Amino acid sequence: MTMIDSDVLADPGLPPGPDDALLEVSDLEVSFPSEDGRVRAVRGISYRVAPGEVLGIVGESGSGKSVSSLAVMGLLPPSAKISGSIRLRGQELLGLSDTELSRIRGRKIAMVFQDPLSALTPVYTVGDQIAEALLVHGGRSMTAKAAAKRSVELLDLVGIPNATDRVNAFPHEFSGGMRQRAVIAMAIANDPDLIIADEPTTALDVTVQAQVLEVLKTAQEVTGAGIVLITHDLGVVAGTADRVVVMYAGKAVETGTVDEIFAAPRMPYTLGLLGSIPRLDIGRGQPLVPIEGQPPSMVALPPGCPFGPRCPLHVDACDQAEPELLVAPGASGDHRAACIRTAELAEADAEGGELAAEVFDAHVVDTSALHTVPRTEREVVLGVDGLVKHYPVRTGSVFRRKVGAVQAVDGVTFDVRAGETLGLVGESGCGKSTTILEIMGLEPPMGGSVQVLGSDITGLSKADRKRIRRDLQIVFQDPMASLDPRLPVRDLIAEPLEVQGFSKEQIAQRVPELMRLVGLRSEQINRYPGEFSGGQRQRICIARALALEPKVLVLDEPVSALDVSIQAGVLNLLDELKVRLGLAYLFVAHDLSVVRHIADRVAVMYLGKIVEIGSVDEVFAAPQHPYTQALLSAIPVPDPEVERRRERVLLHGDMPSPANPPSGCRFRTRCPLFLTLDADQQARCIGEEPLRRPAQPAEPGTAVVDHEAACHWARIKTVV
Amino acid sequence: MTTTDVGAGTHVPAGGGAPVEVPSGPAAAETEGVTRGRLVLRRFLRNRLALAGLVTLVLLYAVSLLSPLFAPWAYNQYDYTAFLQPPSPSHWFGTSQIGEDVFAQTMRGLQKSLTIGLLTGLISIVIASLVGASAGYFGGWVDRGLMWVVDLLLVLPSFLIIAVISPALRGSSWIWFVLLLGVFAWMITARILRGMTLTLREREFVKAAKFMGAPSSLIIRRHILPNMASLMIIDVTITVGATILLETGLSYFGFGVQPPDVSLGTLIRAGSDAAVTTPWLFLFAGGLLVISVLAVNFIGDGLRDALDPNSRGGRRRQKSARKSASKTKKVATS
Amino acid sequence: MARFLVRRLFNYVALCLVATFLAFALAALTFDPIAKLQERNPPPPQSAIDAKRAELHLDEPIPARFVHWLGDAARGDFGQTVVNTSISDELPRRVGVSLRLFLLGTVVGIGLGVILGVASAIRQYKFSDYFATLFSFVILSTPVFLLGLLLKYGALQLNTAAGAQLLVFTGETSPGFQGSFGAALLDRIQHLVLPTLTIALGQIAYYSRYQRSAMLDVLGSDFLRTAQAKGLTRRKALFKHGLRTALVPMATLFAFGFGLLITGGTFTERIFGWYGMGDWLVYGIEQDDTNITATVTLFVAVLVLISGWLSDVFYALLDPRVRLR
Repeated sequence: MTMIDSDVLADPGLPPGPDDALLEVSDLEVSFPSEDGRVRAVRGISYRVAPGEVLGIVGESGSGKSVSSLAVMGLLPPSAKISGSIRLRGQELLGLSDTELSRIRGRKIAMVFQDPLSALTPVYTVGDQIAEALLVHGGRSMTAKAAAKRSVELLDLVGIPNATDRVNAFPHEFSGGMRQRAVIAMAIANDPDLIIADEPTTALDVTVQAQVLEVLKTAQEVTGAGIVLITHDLGVVAGTADRVVVMYAGKAVETGTVDEIFAAPRMPYTLGLLGSIPRLDIGRGQPLVPIEGQPPSMVALPPGCPFGPRCPLHVDACDQAEPELLVAPGASGDHRAACIRTAELAEADAEGGELAAEVFDAHVVDTSALHTVPRTEREVVLGVDGLVKHYPVRTGSVFRRKVGAVQAVDGVTFDVRAGETLGLVGESGCGKSTTILEIMGLEPPMGGSVQVLGSDITGLSKADRKRIRRDLQIVFQDPMASLDPRLPVRDLIAEPLEVQGFSKEQIAQRVPELMRLVGLRSEQINRYPGEFSGGQRQRICIARALALEPKVLVLDEPVSALDVSIQAGVLNLLDELKVRLGLAYLFVAHDLSVVRHIADRVAVMYLGKIVEIGSVDEVFAAPQHPYTQALLSAIPVPDPEVERRRERVLLHGDMPSPANPPSGCRFRTRCPLFLTLDADQQARCIGEEPLRRPAQPAEPGTAVVDHEAACHWARIKTVV
Repeated sequence: MTTTDVGAGTHVPAGGGAPVEVPSGPAAAETEGVTRGRLVLRRFLRNRLALAGLVTLVLLYAVSLLSPLFAPWAYNQYDYTAFLQPPSPSHWFGTSQIGEDVFAQTMRGLQKSLTIGLLTGLISIVIASLVGASAGYFGGWVDRGLMWVVDLLLVLPSFLIIAVISPALRGSSWIWFVLLLGVFAWMITARILRGMTLTLREREFVKAAKFMGAPSSLIIRRHILPNMASLMIIDVTITVGATILLETGLSYFGFGVQPPDVSLGTLIRAGSDAAVTTPWLFLFAGGLLVISVLAVNFIGDGLRDALDPNSRGGRRRQKSARKSASKTKKVATS
Repeated sequence: MARFLVRRLFNYVALCLVATFLAFALAALTFDPIAKLQERNPPPPQSAIDAKRAELHLDEPIPARFVHWLGDAARGDFGQTVVNTSISDELPRRVGVSLRLFLLGTVVGIGLGVILGVASAIRQYKFSDYFATLFSFVILSTPVFLLGLLLKYGALQLNTAAGAQLLVFTGETSPGFQGSFGAALLDRIQHLVLPTLTIALGQIAYYSRYQRSAMLDVLGSDFLRTAQAKGLTRRKALFKHGLRTALVPMATLFAFGFGLLITGGTFTERIFGWYGMGDWLVYGIEQDDTNITATVTLFVAVLVLISGWLSDVFYALLDPRVRLR
């Protein structure tokens, strides 16, 4: 632990800020022991947070962003070696004992963790856990009764309905979003000076994310605290942060105000990161920037810029020494970047996404060739009509009695035509996964029908089913989970071929071919999935799915488990394959911006029903179902200017249980439009289920080609 | 997972799938290209207790098998010049009331006890994996029926059933006894394997295989069983240890191995009547019994650590390091 | 919740009956009490053998014999032994002896086991942790009968060294003992120590291993970190949030632990000359006595199921997630 007081302020790595900084971290280094040597998780990071300021720390997994914040809280395991300085209002925190720190934690600094599901002790009530935070710091003046009363107020403040009752609930009775609110209530209980939020919304759905971010904002207003917001999502940062620190390989590589970072990034990594995010407001025309390679191992870093091996601007000089975080040319004093070629980026005549595409040499994949034939004249490769899937809810285990049904999918209709991509979107629990599992199962559905390439799956013989499997393949969300860890790549890709009875020779020839097709080297054929990175594993999954030359590929959230920079590469690959092989995709996602980028058509699901469907251009330009509008507005756009202008349609509460859906329109309990209707209109929402009807044209006078919405009172609202 | 020994910056352990900060990326693994088998072996060999257990067990078994080659007396020889003598250079472990050499007897008993333990372990795991995997994979009636049988057999302690049946075994080969032990040793393992199959069945690689049209038998053989292999190996060791304890206990009461066969249990029984005055009659057998079971348990514990880095069992210090290796795999996906 | 427990109870009763029938049937099939009779010297007359056969209902089909026995048992009559003594008369005394041993063993085992496990986990990789681990491993690798023998041997050495009968290792009380209540109690305790220790050691080792790993799991949990983040010291967070949560899985282990205890108890009773149910079972099998065997099996099955049921109750008490079902 070095505490060189005078040097801290003179450190060139620190932005010249006011002396009354709330939190001042300088030269923080954290390392852990590991099998291969010491892992230097954080390698000298400095930042400061002013009172009331929101500092966003952005980085991909493994960049050290969470470790550095846990160091501030003093919650790192004892095996961690920490050096540098962490000062809270001038008081050095490093080196304090656990007892001394416990007086600061929860009172001056509070923390909100990533995973709300495991952040609360399962055996105590939510109220008790909030009250505990008050009691532990309250001294004698805080009685148990006062603490209990205050925790009701706090729960109310963070927007939990019926706080008086809910305070006695146990954590498992709360949804993820509610638990995160409870954790925030706990964090603000003692009116802290600083709140550290570590990926507070990563585990949540977008609409819930919007709610929680709003609660955080309220919390800040109430407490006036400074906030350190740690996230991998540049969109979240754009909408909430004042200043941004971009981390890579344990170091800050770029810092500055949120506007400067987004408008004029000066470090190629930041630039690439910005270019890799599909944007809701741009869509298909945007080339996605894949950042090749992966972050370096933090055990033995080679000298030079750690981003060098992945950087398109890499020159020999980059390997000489690690670049320092210096004021970016042409920017104000607060904007710093760690790159020796910042000047060249500053001189370029393009900015933002355009510059990123140029630097990283990314291109838009032209898929228009597929669409020379009008949609209606193309073959329906996958037709789903009124699909129903209810799960029985049973009591107990011995005498199992059916007490109800989870209406996971309740009359879903859509079709996918040759060469097109249908994006099926919705939040967790909306039934989108059940829908595709029902399709993939090829078993007669509970209700409705499914047709694959013209044949109805009801009444298929075993042989027919096997034949159809060749044309219909799936890629799952988590590439690690969908590859048997015990089989080498060859066996993994060969499996569908073996099942379909291909000869050994055919397989031996086909596997390397497939690997090359998805951009893997065929020398890697004997490797195990554990030896590949996430993006590569997803490529293996795609190769396996393509082995039998299917006509339809079902993609179940294929990129949501990947870091954004890797996600872009997979999305580009999918686009290319579609053109080369003339595939049709059913692309399931919760992220509308990804859908906007890759899909031709989109279907929005809510509680087992499709509420809006149509061509991507039409739906995004003029969304008409209030749910679609809310969903769209909840998605952050990685552009602070746009974010400031946008108006959020916030939904109330959580999705109702599919075992007991509301009557009439299933969305009415959370519908913002419903609240504005008069009693007669509301009665219709309650009593009558809205059917899908052709939507209104985006502009009066134009014709609607392909756009339907299921709302009695549908009206256009532009939210992007 | 523990806070005190988390490895490479992992500090979000209990959450499972949550993105975890692990800086050392899979890049390292890729260049190394270590196969899983070698990794497990390396981890196992680094666990000194487990290694000691393995060496001890192999040595004990080898000595008990080979002892006729070098021991001065055979188990069926009687030394009419030495009744009930304490250990001496000619009778290493002393002699019994009728002049049998205790060393030769003990080696023979040890050999039988270990053989019974190992065979039972094998029988049990075969039954357990069949029952567990089918109950878990097929679910429904198959599951309910099989699990009811498991429940039933768990209600009756196996020693009770075997003891009740034992009169029928009087005078028959010890192999029957082994079968009996095996038939009543698989239930808990089957339960665990069923639970694991239930989670494996929902894993996407199994679904993927199903959606390729692979038949159930192939999926069980190719994906389910191999992915439970580590658990099965660990469980075999547990069963072997438990069986040796059960067998010696039953034999001690005369419900197990029947004369003329001997096991450590029958030897201890024979020696325990005069435990106070002639302790060599049971102490050697008892000591070897404890050492063998301890060795088996250490091997099991070491295997658990080596095969399953997230295991709940006893952890050793090197754990932190090992964990990081497997952790990275999980992390790269998040 | 109550309904859940009642339903479990119902299932258990069914399991109990089937288990007892199984044991009865197996015993009836393998036992041959007549053979014992015929081996007598001089051989008893055929009429005596026939009378015995009739008395033991040996010629009836086994299910009928079971139903017959069960019907009587339901009225509190568990039948006669082969040597014509009433099982019901002897039952309460033997049950009492066994239960005393089991209950003491369980209480001591769980109490010390949990303490040892928690201490071990908190002081992980310290000397005391290694010591506790080694202790558990050695105990778990030692069969109960050997442990009993060794304790007996050790007690003898102790008595010899002390020059007095400090610990007694035969019977559960001195035969024909007369004296004041205090003296009687002391006599009981002298008899109690060794058998209790014999079965409690195994229980301590068993529970401490699991408590240790449950505690270790909790040590790295997110909610412990949350508790610290709100200002609890590590120690306080560990006890208030950690230990309380780590106790939950112990409830499920209780059922298995009790099964272990019953097996161990049988051996212990035999070794220390306690005339309990375990001892009776061994005697019953040696005598080819179906009725004794069935009675003991029923007792064991009831105990196992009560422990399983208690396990559920404890689980529900400890874990609110189950409570509300």
